Amino acid sequence: MFSLAPAIVLFPLLGFLFLGLFGSRLNNERLIGIVGSGTVGLSFLVATAIFIEMLGLPPEQRKEIVQLFAWIGTFTGTSTSLSVSVGYQIDQLSILMTLIVTGVGFLIHVYSIGYMHGDPGFWRFFTYLNLFIFAMLNLVLADNFLLMFLGWEGVGLCSYLLIGFWYDRKFETGGYKPGTAYTGDAAKKAFIINRIGDFGFLLGMFLIYVQFESLNFDTVFGRAAVVNVGGEVMTWMTLLLFIGATGKSAQIPLFVWLPDAMAGPTPVSALIHAATMVTAGVYMVARCSILFALAPTTLQIIAVIGALTAIMAATIGLVQNDIKKVLAYSTVSQLGYMFLAMGVAAFGAGIFHVTTHAFFKALLFLGSGAVIHAMHEEQDIQKMGGLKKYMPTTYKTFLIGAIAIAGIPPFAGFFSKDEILWKAFSSDYGSVLLWAIGVLGAGITAFYMFRLTILTFEGEERFDHRHIHPHEAPRTMTIPLIVLAGLSIVGGFIGIPQSLMGGNALEQWLEPIFAPALSKLRVMPHHVEVTEYILMVLSVGIALAGIYGARLVYLRRQELSALWQQKYARIYNILWNKYYLDEVYDALFVRPTLRLSNSLLWKGVDVAVIDWMVNGTATAVAWCAFWVRRVQTGVAQMYATVLVGGIVVILFWLMIK
Amino acid sequence: MLTSNILSLTIFFPLVGVGALLAVKKDSVTAIKWIGFGTSLLTFLLSLALYFGFDPSVTEFQFREKAMWIEQLNISYFVGIDGLSLLLIVLTTFLTPLALLGTWDSISHRLKEYMMMMLVLEVGMVGVFAALDLFLFYIFWEAMLIPMYFIIGIWGGQERIYAAVKFFLFTLFGSLLMLVAILALGYYASTMPGGMFTTDLLALYDVGPRLALSVQTWMFLAFALSFAIKVPLFPLHTWLPDAHVQAPTAGSVILAGVLLKMGTYGLIRFCLPLFPDASFKFTPLLSVLAVIGIIYGALVAMVQTDIKKLVAYSSVSHLGFVVLGTFAMTEEGIQGAIIQMVNHGLSTGALFLLVGMIYDRAHTRMISDFGGLAKVMPVYATFFMIITLSSIGLPGLNGFVGEFLILLGSFKSGFLASYWYTVFAATGVIFAAVYMLWMYQRVMLGPVRSDGLYGGHKVSDLTRREIVVLVPIVLFVVWIGVYPNTLLSKTAPVAKQLVQSMESARQGGHTRVADVPQP
Amino acid sequence: MELQTYLLLSAVTFIIGVVGVLARRNAIIVFMSIELMLNSVNLTLVAFSAYLGDVTGQMLVFFVMTVAAAEAAIGLAIIIALFRNKQTVNLDDINILKW
Repeated sequence: MFSLAPAIVLFPLLGFLFLGLFGSRLNNERLIGIVGSGTVGLSFLVATAIFIEMLGLPPEQRKEIVQLFAWIGTFTGTSTSLSVSVGYQIDQLSILMTLIVTGVGFLIHVYSIGYMHGDPGFWRFFTYLNLFIFAMLNLVLADNFLLMFLGWEGVGLCSYLLIGFWYDRKFETGGYKPGTAYTGDAAKKAFIINRIGDFGFLLGMFLIYVQFESLNFDTVFGRAAVVNVGGEVMTWMTLLLFIGATGKSAQIPLFVWLPDAMAGPTPVSALIHAATMVTAGVYMVARCSILFALAPTTLQIIAVIGALTAIMAATIGLVQNDIKKVLAYSTVSQLGYMFLAMGVAAFGAGIFHVTTHAFFKALLFLGSGAVIHAMHEEQDIQKMGGLKKYMPTTYKTFLIGAIAIAGIPPFAGFFSKDEILWKAFSSDYGSVLLWAIGVLGAGITAFYMFRLTILTFEGEERFDHRHIHPHEAPRTMTIPLIVLAGLSIVGGFIGIPQSLMGGNALEQWLEPIFAPALSKLRVMPHHVEVTEYILMVLSVGIALAGIYGARLVYLRRQELSALWQQKYARIYNILWNKYYLDEVYDALFVRPTLRLSNSLLWKGVDVAVIDWMVNGTATAVAWCAFWVRRVQTGVAQMYATVLVGGIVVILFWLMIK
Repeated sequence: MLTSNILSLTIFFPLVGVGALLAVKKDSVTAIKWIGFGTSLLTFLLSLALYFGFDPSVTEFQFREKAMWIEQLNISYFVGIDGLSLLLIVLTTFLTPLALLGTWDSISHRLKEYMMMMLVLEVGMVGVFAALDLFLFYIFWEAMLIPMYFIIGIWGGQERIYAAVKFFLFTLFGSLLMLVAILALGYYASTMPGGMFTTDLLALYDVGPRLALSVQTWMFLAFALSFAIKVPLFPLHTWLPDAHVQAPTAGSVILAGVLLKMGTYGLIRFCLPLFPDASFKFTPLLSVLAVIGIIYGALVAMVQTDIKKLVAYSSVSHLGFVVLGTFAMTEEGIQGAIIQMVNHGLSTGALFLLVGMIYDRAHTRMISDFGGLAKVMPVYATFFMIITLSSIGLPGLNGFVGEFLILLGSFKSGFLASYWYTVFAATGVIFAAVYMLWMYQRVMLGPVRSDGLYGGHKVSDLTRREIVVLVPIVLFVVWIGVYPNTLLSKTAPVAKQLVQSMESARQGGHTRVADVPQP
Repeated sequence: MELQTYLLLSAVTFIIGVVGVLARRNAIIVFMSIELMLNSVNLTLVAFSAYLGDVTGQMLVFFVMTVAAAEAAIGLAIIIALFRNKQTVNLDDINILKW
C-alpha cells in the first residue's frame, strides 16, 4: 500500500496536464470541474487508504520511502558527489499533511466549481489549482530537501499565478495610500518576497550539504543526531532555513505579501493562503526539528518572531474593513502561534494547530467567498450587515469558524491554541512573557473575528438593496462549508490533552518524528499541573471577553467604535496603515534599488563609464588618424621628395658610421 | 567512411547548403528558405548521430579525426569531442534550424546572402566546439566572427553598423591576443625536452601546467581576456546589449544561444587545464567579476525599457553564474556551469524568438507599448510564462538545475574559500525574479490597451509554424528540469577529470620547468 | 679620361634628373627627368664596365634601355590618358590619391 504513495502526487499532475493541454478546448465546466476535483479526490482516497493501513501498524513500521528516479546527480562517482532522487517519504507527519492538503484541497476544488461558475478562465483556474496540489504534495511528501524545494517554489509559482488570476482587474491596496493596484502587482510581490525567503532556504540547504554531505532527510537527520547542540554552523543553518519559512509562512519581516495576496479569487485564499501553502514553513521546521533542536538560539528567535507576528497581525486585523484582509491578518497571526509553538519546542502542538487551522480558516475564507459572491464582489464589511437572514447556512458555518478560531471549547481551535499557550508557558524554552503575548493575541483574535462576523451577518443592512440581492450560495459551495464546519467542531478531538482526560492522540502519533529532537533538547513529557487548568480557564475567559467586547461595540453601543477611532486616532492610523511596513520597505529597498540601477549602474557605469571608455578609445584613434593622415597629400612629387630625403639621410648615416 | 568522418561531416555539412544556395536564383524565396532550413535540420540529425554514438563512460575525446595540415609548423586538422563539446554542438545544431524557422518571414532583404551567412556561421560554431588543435580553433573562432558581423551589419536594426563594428572590434581585440598566446604556447612546447612546435591541444595539456607561473600568468590573461569578452564578463560586456538589440532575431538567438557559450567553453577547455596555476591565482578576481556580473546584469536588466535589451542584460547575469561555477572548480560547479550553458542557450534563445515574434507583429519592443497581451495572445503568453520561469530558475525546469549546481559547487568550493561569493550570487536569483516577472507583468498582464492595437497594429496569436518552433524548446526545458541526468551523465567525465587535474596541480603535481627562456 | 670624370658627370646628370622629378610640375618634364636619371645610371655602368674590363655592365645597360623604352611607351600613354581626363598635365592638379 505504501508503494502507492507516488500515485497521490501523480493524480493532480495528470489533472494539470490534461486541463492545461485540452482545457481551453473543452468548453465544458462540468467535465473540467470533475477532472479538476476528481484527481484531488483520488489522491485523498489513496492517502486515506495508506493512513488506515498505517494505523494498523506498529509505530516503527509507519515509515517508508519510495524512490522513483534519480533527479540531479553529478555522476562523477567520487565519494562527495551529489545525488538527489525524486523520492517520496511516507510517515506520520507527511501523511497527516497529505490528508490535510488533499482533503481540504478537494473540498475547495468542489467549492470552486460553484464559485468560478461562468468565469472565462474556468479551465485555467482548475489547471493552476491542480498544479498547486501537485507542488504542495511534493513539498510535504519529499524525502529530500531539494524535492521539497521544488514543491516549495512550485507552490510559490501557483500562488503567483492564482493571485494574478484576474490579471486585468484591480484591487484595493488600502493603507497609507488608499488606492488600487493591478492583481499582477500583488502576485509579483508575493513571488518576489517568497523568493527572498527561498534565498535563505537555498543557502541553508547548501550549508546542510556541506555539513552533512547529503540532502536526503534520512541521512541528514541521522548524521545530525550525533552532532552536539549549539554549534555556530547549526545556528546559521537553521536561521537560513527559518528565513525561508518567514517568506512562505508570512512571518515578520516578510509577511507583507499575504494581505495583498487576497487579490486572488477567494478559493485560492482559502486553499493556498490559509490552509496549506502558508503552513509549509511550519511543516518544514517540524520536519527538520532535529536540526532546529541543535540550535536553541534559533528556537528562541523563532519563538519571539512567532509571538510578535501573532500580536502584530492581530492588532492590524482589528481595524481592517475588507472581509478578506481581516482573515488574511488573522492567518498571519495564527501562523505566528504555530511558530511560537515551534520555538518553544512544542512541535506536536504546532502541527496540531496547522491541522485545526486548516479546517476553520478554510471554512472562514470559503464563507467569506460565499458572502462576496452574494454581494456582487463587494468586500467592504461596512457595506454589509444583516446577511444572516439571507444566507443562513453560510452564517452558521461562519459562526462556527469564528468560535473555533476564538478558542472556545470544545471547538477545534481551543485545543490546539491552548496546547501552544500552555507549552509557551511551561516549556524550558518558553517564558511567561511569550505566554502573555499569546493570550493577549488570543483575546484580540476573538474580538476582531466577532467584529467581522457581526458587521457582516448581524445588525442593520447597510448595503444598497436596489443593486444587491444577497442569496444563499449554491450546493457545491455550501456542502464544503458544512463539511468544514463539522471538522472545525470535532477536529480538536484528535489532540485532547491529558489534563482533559484525553490521550493527546496526535502528539503520540507524531511522537516518533519529534523524539530525536525532543531528546536532544531534553524536553520531558510533562505532568498535569494545577497551573494548566488555571491558564486554560484564563485564556478561555479572555477569549470570551473578546467576544463580549465585540458584541458590545459593534452591536449594542455602535457609537463607541467611531468614538474610539477619533480618540485614539494615532494608534488607529498606525494599525490602519499596517505599521507602515510596506512604505518602509518601499523607501528602503524598492526605490533605492531602482534608482541605483537606473541612474548609477545603467546610465552611470554602463553608458557613462564603460561605453565612454570604449567609444573614447575609438574616438582617440580617429582623432590621431585625422591629424596623421594630413601627411598623405596626394601629390606624388611630395612623396618622392620625402623618399629622396630619406635616402639622403640614410646615406649620410652610413657614411658617418 | 561515414562513421569515421561523422564529426567532420557535421561540421562542414552546412557548406553543402551554401553550395546549393549559390545555384539558386535570388528571387526564389521559398526554395532559399527551405534549403537553409533543410540543411540545418539535416545537420541537426547528423549531430544526433554524434549524440547517440557518444560513449559517456570514456573520458577521452571521441570521434577523433586527425590529418596533418601545415607540416612545417606541426599544425594539424584535429577534431574530436567530449561531453562538453557534444552538448554544445547539439545545442548549436538544434537552435540553428529553430532560429531559421522562427524567423521564416522576418527577412526579405538579400535573403539568399542571409541564409548563406547563417550556414557559414553554423560551420564556424560547430568547428569551434570540435577543434582540438589550437590553430584550427583559432581559425574557426575568427571564421564565425565574419558572418555574424554581416548578419548584424546588414540585417540589423537602426544602429546596426555601430553595433556590428563594436561587436567585431571587441572580439577581435581579444582573439588577437589569444593568437599570440597560442603561438607562444607552441614555442614553449618546442623548448621542452624533446619537444617541438605544436598547437595540438592534447600535447599542450602536458606543456602548459609545467610552465613557470609568470609565463602562465601572461598566457592565461591573453586567453582569459579573449574569452571574457565573449562571455561577456563585467566590465567587458557593453558590446552585448548593442549587438543583441540590433541583430535580427535569428542573429540574437544564435548570439545568445551559442556565441556567448564559446567564452565559457574556452575557459573550461583551455584556460583552466592549460594554465592551472595561473587559474588559481586569478580565481578570486574572475569570481568576483562573475558575481558582480550576476548582480549588475540583473539590476541593469531591471530598469530596461526595451524587452530585447532586458533579455540581453539578463544574459550577462546568467553567464556570470557559468563563470562562477567554472572557477569554483568543483564537480558540482563545473557540471552546473556546463548544464547552465545549455539552459541559457535554450531559454534565452527562446526568449529572443518570442521577442522576435511580437516584434514582427507590433514592430515595437518597448515594454511600455504593451500590456494585457495575455488576453489577446493567450498561447503566446503561456509560452512566454514557461520560458520566463525557466529563466528565473524555477525547480522542475531547466534553469534551476544549472543554478543550483553552480551555487552548490561554489558554496563548497575550496578554491573560492568563502561563502560570500555564493551568498551574493544567490541574490541574483531574487533579482532574476524581479526583472523577469516585472517585465512579464507589464507586457502580458493588466488590461488590454484601450484601442486594442499594439504599436499601431492588430496582433494575433501564434501561428502553427511558431508553435512548432517553440514546442521542442519547451519540451527540452521541462526534460532537463525533470531529468537532467541525461545530460549530466554525459558531462560527468569532463568535470571529474578537470577537477582532478586541478586538484593535483594545486598540490604541485607538475614538475615545473623553471628555466624556460623568456621570449 | 679618368673614371672619376665619368662618375662626376653621371652624378651631376642624376642629380639634375632628381631635382627635375621633384621640382618640375609638368608631367612630360618629370618623365624626361626620369629618363635622364636612367641614362646617368647607364653612363656609370658603361664607365665601370670599361674600367674593370667586364662586359656585364654593358649588358645591363641594354636591359635598362629596353625597359626604359617600354616604360616610355607606357608612361606617355598614361600621361595622355591623364590629359584626356583632366585636361592638364600639371602634377599639382593631380592629387586625388589621398585621404
